[in-house]
Amino acid sequence: MENSVAYEKATELRLGLPGIDEPAVLSSVKNNKRPLHDEKSGENGKSAQNETAPPSKAQIVGWPPVQSYRKNNFQQAKKSESECGGIYVKVSMDGAPYLRKIDLKVYKGYPELLQVLENMFKFTIGDYSEREGYKGSDYEPTYEDKDGDWMLVGDVPWEMFIRSCKRLRIMKGSEARGLSCSGV
Amino acid sequence: MNMNYFPDEVVEHVFDFITSHKDRNSVSLVCKSWYKIERYSRQRVFIGNCYSITPQRLIARFPGLKSLTLKGKPHFADFNLVPHDWGGFVYPWIKALAKSRIGLEELRLKRMVVSDDSLELLSKSFPNFKSLVLVSCEGFTTDGVAAIAANCRFLRELDLQENEVEDHRGHWLSCFPESCTSLVSLNFACLKGEINLASLERLVARSPNLKSLRLNRVVPLDTLQKLLMRAPQLVDLGIGSYVDDPSSEVFSKLKAVIQLCNSIRSLSGFLEVAPCCMSAIYPICENLTFLNLSYAPGLQGNDLTKLVQHCRKLQRLWILDCIGDKGLGVVASTCKELQELRVFPSDPFDAENAAVTEEGLVLISAGCPKLNSLLYFCHQMTNAALITVAKNCTNFIRFRLCILDPVKADPVTNQPLDEGFGAIVRSNKSLKRLSLSGLLTDQVFLYIGMYAKKLEMLSIAFAGDSNKGMLYVLNGCKKLRKLEIRDCPFGDVALLQDMGKYETMRSLWMSSCEVTLGACKTLAKKMPSLNVEIINESEKLESEQLEFSFDDRLLVDKMYLYRTLVGDRKDAPEYVWLL
Repeated sequence: MENSVAYEKATELRLGLPGIDEPAVLSSVKNNKRPLHDEKSGENGKSAQNETAPPSKAQIVGWPPVQSYRKNNFQQAKKSESECGGIYVKVSMDGAPYLRKIDLKVYKGYPELLQVLENMFKFTIGDYSEREGYKGSDYEPTYEDKDGDWMLVGDVPWEMFIRSCKRLRIMKGSEARGLSCSGV
Repeated sequence: MNMNYFPDEVVEHVFDFITSHKDRNSVSLVCKSWYKIERYSRQRVFIGNCYSITPQRLIARFPGLKSLTLKGKPHFADFNLVPHDWGGFVYPWIKALAKSRIGLEELRLKRMVVSDDSLELLSKSFPNFKSLVLVSCEGFTTDGVAAIAANCRFLRELDLQENEVEDHRGHWLSCFPESCTSLVSLNFACLKGEINLASLERLVARSPNLKSLRLNRVVPLDTLQKLLMRAPQLVDLGIGSYVDDPSSEVFSKLKAVIQLCNSIRSLSGFLEVAPCCMSAIYPICENLTFLNLSYAPGLQGNDLTKLVQHCRKLQRLWILDCIGDKGLGVVASTCKELQELRVFPSDPFDAENAAVTEEGLVLISAGCPKLNSLLYFCHQMTNAALITVAKNCTNFIRFRLCILDPVKADPVTNQPLDEGFGAIVRSNKSLKRLSLSGLLTDQVFLYIGMYAKKLEMLSIAFAGDSNKGMLYVLNGCKKLRKLEIRDCPFGDVALLQDMGKYETMRSLWMSSCEVTLGACKTLAKKMPSLNVEIINESEKLESEQLEFSFDDRLLVDKMYLYRTLVGDRKDAPEYVWLL
């Protein structure tokens, strides 16, 4: 094309606010597109062809050409997974091959939660008492709290529990019984 | 035997069998007599650009109008390239129709601005109104939807597709009167807010003709189960939330009722989904012809693959790229009837991890001989792959390829993708729509001009070297109707070479190219049948800068021109200059 690409770009009149990044962004992209044999590609001091990464997608308005409705939807889906729309925590059970995930916000209190856990993993939880924890079963529901400590489910008020619970673990056997002793 | 000897009613009866808009338009041009007969008998009108004609002229010509389709904003508005209040307002149309004697029964709008007032006026002005379809529209709230529900006594179809609707968490659904039993199609998947689930159940229960139901994300699985009990005759189902414990009683009930729904041919949604519940769907997969999982990010590649394996009769598949190349291989070996494939990016901003490449596309082309429509977002593409696809598939009508990195060359050879796309246009003689991406020179446009003789719509971004590229297309593609270009080095010489060409097209969009204000002015002056609009969004310019900006040598950011019978529009905002 012209021999004076750089000169033309410098004297280019654009309909846009002065000092706007966009023309610069675009011209670097255009330089990347120059045919491979064009020796002028190096003009801007950047190496030719594809070595220079095009500006990151965030800077190119309207690219990739995904409908904005679709883009918004996707961002919303991502958000709702991580925000207070639901409090999703992993649930593991000793001996089970894989973990489950539940939304703590869905339940109104401990009885409902324990019922769901029993259904999910097909086991029975014993009766809870403040003094002795869960009696009558080999299993104890425990959770990891914000400080990283493993706590017995049921000791603190429900609202406090769902805000501090990071994950649940249904412990089995002697390890479990150790937790339920008072004096931890 | 000369048709002029037939009475008008006979000719009209013959015209009844001519249904396509193109054919009816042609028929009306034969002679005055046919024009007259045709216009009185025309019931369905399609207007591809709402600014090409006024509602008054439409009403004057077609007094028997029953169904109107209108499109507003240019296609690139989908990608935020057009400001929201650019135009495309439906209100003047509804107002004019309401004033007239037109017995409107159906209104289909795409990319238009629809206010609640418009919807209310619409709902109250046409006693026989039956069908409202809004696609990619904006400007209304659920209050407008409520007006339609409340006032359209014989409503058959309310279809809201991918609209941005302000949700007033209302009772729009409860506004359908108890007497409304005529619903055939209800699609509210794009609404974000709560609805009254009991109202929904009652509505479905009293709609024996309901064939199509698409729910939004707040409709939970147990409601879905109840709805399917009431409407096992559904042909098209869009699932909202699909989350439950697979061992629950509700889920067992759902599994049972799904077995009864053997008319379902089209399935979509899964806006929230627990993959472990998908097995309940398998029984209906056998008969599916359309599957749209493009709004179901909760399903991973494995889940998708497992599902698709059951869908042997699939003709159209819309899916996210997390299915991966391997998953596309499963599609290729399972879905032998596949005609249309759309693969969307799960993460539009993360090109590095895009999960499909040229390999998936090659597998599909080899396995699906009936493929005629493609939209494919991918990480990379090679010339070799495109050439193979062109050998395998010669029936493409639509071929839209989007490489997420806009100027990426063939990663194997480092060459532009000219030869690959050239092969596609050479072997697909029926190609009507084409979107290009990747590193491309003028050469690809030479091929397009030479071979894409049936091409009607072309989308170009970050491609070409010079004016020659655009000229190849304008000169060679005789059937071109819509051309949209962004970020290409095409300028005045190309724009002005053949100004008459634009009268044979619906519209031309050029943004971030090298077209000057002066050239646009010249074009506007020489072609009164075209509207040439400049969108200048730096509305914050100070007045001194505004004076400076009248320099003809200035490059315009965005130009949109279209043919019209009615001159400049009166509703353009300040920053749109009508030349």
